Amino acid sequence: MDWTLLFQLLVSGLIVGALYGVVAMCFVLVYKASQVVNFAQGEFMLIGAWACWWLLLKFQLPFFAAFLITLAFMMAFGLILQVVVLKPLIGEPVISVIMVTIGLSIFFQALMKWLFGVSAQPFPPIFAEPSINVLGLQVKTVYAMSTLISIGIMISFAWFFKFSRMGLAMRATAFNQQVAQSLGISVRQVFALSWGISAMVSALAGVVVGVVNGVSPALSFFGIKVFPAVILGGLDSIVGAVVGGLVIGVLENLAHYADSQLLRWGNLYEIAPFYVLILILMIRPYGLFGTRDIERV
Amino acid sequence: MASTIALRPCGDFKTSYGSDQIVFPTRLSLGFCIFGIVALCFAPLVLGKYGLSLLVQIGYLGIAALGLNILVGFTGQISIGHAVFFGFGAFASAYFSNKLNVPVFFAIPLAGLATTAVGLVFGLPAARLKGLYLAIATLAAQFILQDFFARAGWFTGGVAGTAAKSFSIFGYDVAGDHQYFYVVLVYVVLMYLAATNLMRTRDGRALVAVRDHYLSAEMMGINLMKYRTMSFGLAAFYAGIGGALYAHYLGFVSVEGFDILFSIQFLAMVIIGGLGSIMGTLMGTTFMVLLPEVMGGLAKMLSGSAIDRMLSLSEGIVFLREMTIGAVIVLFLVFEPDGLAHRWRQIRAYWKLYPFSH
Repeated sequence: MDWTLLFQLLVSGLIVGALYGVVAMCFVLVYKASQVVNFAQGEFMLIGAWACWWLLLKFQLPFFAAFLITLAFMMAFGLILQVVVLKPLIGEPVISVIMVTIGLSIFFQALMKWLFGVSAQPFPPIFAEPSINVLGLQVKTVYAMSTLISIGIMISFAWFFKFSRMGLAMRATAFNQQVAQSLGISVRQVFALSWGISAMVSALAGVVVGVVNGVSPALSFFGIKVFPAVILGGLDSIVGAVVGGLVIGVLENLAHYADSQLLRWGNLYEIAPFYVLILILMIRPYGLFGTRDIERV
Repeated sequence: MASTIALRPCGDFKTSYGSDQIVFPTRLSLGFCIFGIVALCFAPLVLGKYGLSLLVQIGYLGIAALGLNILVGFTGQISIGHAVFFGFGAFASAYFSNKLNVPVFFAIPLAGLATTAVGLVFGLPAARLKGLYLAIATLAAQFILQDFFARAGWFTGGVAGTAAKSFSIFGYDVAGDHQYFYVVLVYVVLMYLAATNLMRTRDGRALVAVRDHYLSAEMMGINLMKYRTMSFGLAAFYAGIGGALYAHYLGFVSVEGFDILFSIQFLAMVIIGGLGSIMGTLMGTTFMVLLPEVMGGLAKMLSGSAIDRMLSLSEGIVFLREMTIGAVIVLFLVFEPDGLAHRWRQIRAYWKLYPFSH
């Protein structure tokens, strides 16, 4: 047994898992608010990451400014997408809505490949120090930043839904649209805003991944990796999304460890989450924290 | 998903069950169908190699897409992993004919059956799921089987891929596109007739009932588990046959190419043609096969012009095609959710009832 490697993999699993958790939260947010399963979540990350990269290189903006502009842009992008494409589909069957988000994901992925090429592009270095000292451990600055941002997003999500007016309106809408509407909540605004926030926060995660690994079309695969996480946690549970993300992140790296040390099958890292996904769907399709669907006729 | 009744245009009434279930409603439509098949029989004499290859493509993709339409359009079970079943059929047929020395003539239906078995393995658990859970489960199936293709060297030849023999019948080698076209044509006619007929039987109507309201269907004594699994098996069978025809047409199957984009293309064919329409599937397939060709032609026409220089079309054409696939899916679902088949029905009804059409 190689303990240092195992420990390293566990830590990196937690870091990546936190990011999965963030993207999964965005996914759950959209699902809760508007009952749409968004297959284009990974593309939101990709668009955000490319946008930030482009602002940095083309206009030589300071990182912070580029970051803020990207977030504003993605917010607008999410809002417009909801109003233009998804609003006409309210009330259509699940299959149509799923297919539309799949269509969007194909479209944007190809668009990004066309605009920015298929090869990975590194972000310009953002931190002066490549690594910092945390509790006696040498940690790469980007990883520390990624963890901090993930935790920050999670806390602000919790605050948003617990205390802010809009967050409460969103929870009310998720609970029962008709009742919410009769209480004077604009369901239309809630739908649009949920997409806006989801796109914005995904883009944030996208930029973080981009800073750590460089931007490439492969980044949008995050959007698919999120499915095991959400299903594990439960499709309509924000807490579940975070837990699911962390578990999948760690599991992926454990699979990688088992693969590299013991089994030597190769590629287990990529595929293990999907076996888990099938298993969960068989045993507990509503996930660990999700609401169980009970149908009455 | 609208039921078939709701799709019928105004003024098109049926007064008996018999007339509702008839395959060819008028003698003219039967005539057109036979005329179409006969005309296609002469296609190899008229068309060049390029046109013929497009027709063969429409043929084998159309068969696989029909399987997906049975699953998605008729049973209401979504699948985002159809391409891997297509791929499995291709590998299975190549495997049977290469390793087990089964004549290709028998290897194709055998590959269909083998794919059915795989489809049932994934379909049995999937029968418990529906809607988006099923979508996600089939997504997992897509990645798991794709991984299997890359891993199982004994079956697929690994990264090197595998060669497939050419089609032969009783010792006579069917060589070249001209002759292979007839093989595909026979399969297309058989498979489409079989599907049309299936939808008139008790089982076919049970599938539609499961789609329209699965709880009512169950109360009426339809075994949900059985029909959902059966639908998965059928879809896999059609995909397997399509894949096998593809393998023996190209003569080579590579482990790449059966990716998620291909699966989504199948979904696009079904949506564009019309969910729950058998002839619509063929229209949708034709649309999807011709779309990249038309785009390629347009790019060629524009080459050298200002637009070309601005957008660098020659390099970007691959991505433009993908973008168009995505855009077409979205646009059809937003503006024409019932697909080309519905539009066709309306045009037909318009002329049928000409001066008084609604």
